[in-house]
Amino acid sequence: MNATRVSYTLESTLASVNKAEQSALELAAKSGFDEDECGRISMAVREATVNAVLHGNHYDPAKRVTVSFEVTPSALTVAVRDEGSGLDPASVPDPLAPENLLKQSGRGIFLIRAFMDEIHFRSLSPGTEITMVKFVRGSDRDGNKEATQ
Amino acid sequence: MTMKTSSRKVDGVTIVDLSGRITLGEGSVVLRDTVKDLSSKGDKKILLNLGDVTYIDSSGIGELVSAYTSVRNAGGELKLLNLTKKVHDLLQITKLYTVFDISDDEASAIASFNR
Repeated sequence: MNATRVSYTLESTLASVNKAEQSALELAAKSGFDEDECGRISMAVREATVNAVLHGNHYDPAKRVTVSFEVTPSALTVAVRDEGSGLDPASVPDPLAPENLLKQSGRGIFLIRAFMDEIHFRSLSPGTEITMVKFVRGSDRDGNKEATQ
Repeated sequence: MTMKTSSRKVDGVTIVDLSGRITLGEGSVVLRDTVKDLSSKGDKKILLNLGDVTYIDSSGIGELVSAYTSVRNAGGELKLLNLTKKVHDLLQITKLYTVFDISDDEASAIASFNR
C-alpha cells in the first residue's frame, strides 16, 4: 500500500503546537477528509502536541517533540512523542464526571478520544508516544474498503 | 490569528465581543484578563459574544469554565451568546452545554439577566 510519511522534530514551544496543528489540517485535507473531520483531526493533534510540550517536556528547551504523520489511502495516522517523565493514561480523570465538569483543565485526551478512531499510548525511555488514527470513511484498520450497498 | 475583544454595556449588561482563537497562550490569556478586569470593576452581568470566535481548544474551554466560576463566585453571572457550530459541538461533547446559559439572540440574553 502506498504511504506518505512526514516527520517533524520540534522545540517545546507553543509555535510547535501551531505548526503541528497546521500540518495536520493540511494533510487531513489532502487525505480527503471533509472540513469538519479536518477540524477534529487538527484539534486532536493540537491537543496531543500541547500535552507533549506542556505536560511532557514542560517547555524544556533541551527536549524535543516529534510529530509524525503517515498518510495511506485508508487512514491518517499521527504519532506525537515527547521526552518527558511519562504519562499513565489510566490516571487521567474523567472530565465528564460531575466533580470534574467545572475543572479548568483535563479535557485534552478526552477530546482526542472523541475525535479520532483509534488512540494508543506507548511508554518510551524517556517519554511518551501517543498514536492517533483516523480512518478514511468506508475503510477499516486493515485498509479494506467496506462494501457499499 | 490572536483573539481580540471589545466591551460595550447595554441595560446594565457588559457584552464582550470576542473574535479570533481562544487557545493556549493566545486567546486564553486575553479572555482571562478581560473577565478579571471586568470583575474588578464590579461588573456582575457579563455576556460573552462568541459569534466571531473561529476556534477554541481545550485550554480555551477551560478558560471559559474558569471565567464562569470566578464570576459566579463573585456573585455575578456569565452567559454565552452566538456560538458557532464548532464551539457548540465542543461544549456539547464536554457536557458543558448544560452548564452555561447560552443564547442566540442578544436582546433576549440581555433580558435574561434582568428578570
